[in-house]
Amino acid sequence: MSTFWSIWISVIVLGTVFGCWWLLFATRKGQTSDTETDRTVGHSFDGIEEYDNPLPKWWYYLFVATCVFGLGYLALYPGLGNFQGLLGWSSTNQWEAEVQQAEAKYGELYAKFGDTPVPELAENDDAMKMGQRLFANNCATCHGSAGRGALGFPNLTDDAWLYGGDPDSILTTLREGRNGNMPAMGTMPNMTNEQVDQVVNYVLSFSGREKDAEAAKQGEEVYAQACVACHGPDGKGNQALGAPNLTDDAWLYGSTYDWIRETVVNGRQNQMPAQGGRLSDDQIQILAAYVYSLSN
Amino acid sequence: MKHDIIEKNLGIMIVLIILTISGGFLAEVVPLFFQKSVNEPVEGLTPLSALELEGRDIYIREGCHVCHTQQIRPFRAETERYGHYSVAGEFVYDRPFLWGSKRTGPDLARVGGRYSDAWQRQHLYDPRSVVPESNMPAFPWLFEDRVDHTDTEAKMKTLQTLGVPYTDEQVAGAADEVRGKFEIEALVAYLQQLGTVISEKR
Repeated sequence: MSTFWSIWISVIVLGTVFGCWWLLFATRKGQTSDTETDRTVGHSFDGIEEYDNPLPKWWYYLFVATCVFGLGYLALYPGLGNFQGLLGWSSTNQWEAEVQQAEAKYGELYAKFGDTPVPELAENDDAMKMGQRLFANNCATCHGSAGRGALGFPNLTDDAWLYGGDPDSILTTLREGRNGNMPAMGTMPNMTNEQVDQVVNYVLSFSGREKDAEAAKQGEEVYAQACVACHGPDGKGNQALGAPNLTDDAWLYGSTYDWIRETVVNGRQNQMPAQGGRLSDDQIQILAAYVYSLSN
Repeated sequence: MKHDIIEKNLGIMIVLIILTISGGFLAEVVPLFFQKSVNEPVEGLTPLSALELEGRDIYIREGCHVCHTQQIRPFRAETERYGHYSVAGEFVYDRPFLWGSKRTGPDLARVGGRYSDAWQRQHLYDPRSVVPESNMPAFPWLFEDRVDHTDTEAKMKTLQTLGVPYTDEQVAGAADEVRGKFEIEALVAYLQQLGTVISEKR
């Protein structure tokens, strides 16, 4: 803050406090009586008169006390322009102190588990209790409180993993997040309606559920052009790309003909937000172990 | 002192009352108009795109600010949950401010990137389908109605006059950017950028 504004603020604030002080004493001085009296101030409006009594003592001292309190406050806390106050208090350093205190208290609880390998940690009851709370606070809004997911949000309790369920993959997913992107019609943007029908039938045939065997047969060719790059020739997907396995019974977006058709026609975009900046490395380690424990 | 002089002269009384009540304003508000920390954008802050701006107006129209604040206070309990406390420089392009004053729902100052687009859509369509204990109302019409693009350009021009650094091309392309978009797209675009300029946890 510039010196000008610092002085501007100080003059107005102190002027107001001392102005009140002055007003209090100036009006008291002009008082004709120190104690309660029957005398009136002399005017009468519609027969209503006013006693010329002084301010009650308790009230008067209360006013004095507020002035003293105000000056004391301004001496201890920042209030007068650039003057930081004798206590050196600021909202930022109060926040820093709070955080340090919490860090000292909780930091070591997390740190205790930070270096333990994920599978070992998943066996530790204390760590899993902490993991469960971290999960409830940070993951349950999407993956559900039991980790079973929902339409569009992966189930973490089964064996189907988009990006891999080994400890390192889970840690990377948590830390850096994931961006899933299936383009509409895969790598064949000019797919005709008929070809869509064929490829959907072909995808259904991976799990023996095709509606139209003839279409499914023809769909193989379409699949080879549109889908194979990510989902692989056998439909088993590719965890390096986050391409789901089409042969199992885990379906992120529904497994019926209509749902799969919708997915093929419009594509799918999905994100797992990165937690790296929000949670500490120790917390992520515990969380990874909790997620690991859900399916192991 | 003779206070009947004041009491019997309305003009003097008015002047003295104005002086008295303006003290706080002069000391607490006026100096802020001239402080860098309040006037200068934080590094990396860009004005909202046309779509995000329309999303912001939908946010206001639906009254989101009545139940959600956009202001993280410097307390550990808040920074732990929401991220870095809010700083004045993040809001220099906000007109009006949407800080809010009551949290029925959580603070949204840094909700950008916290959830996926799909989650935001699902949650706005049917909040209880993803957060069973939620008492937030559903907003299904956002998925049916298109953004009104007729005023977008005028809104951006107005903000330009108020000092928001939109380029003339941005203003000229504003209507086309939002034309035909669903309201939900605009709202999610607005939510997903909230508070993303400051990313560290502090």
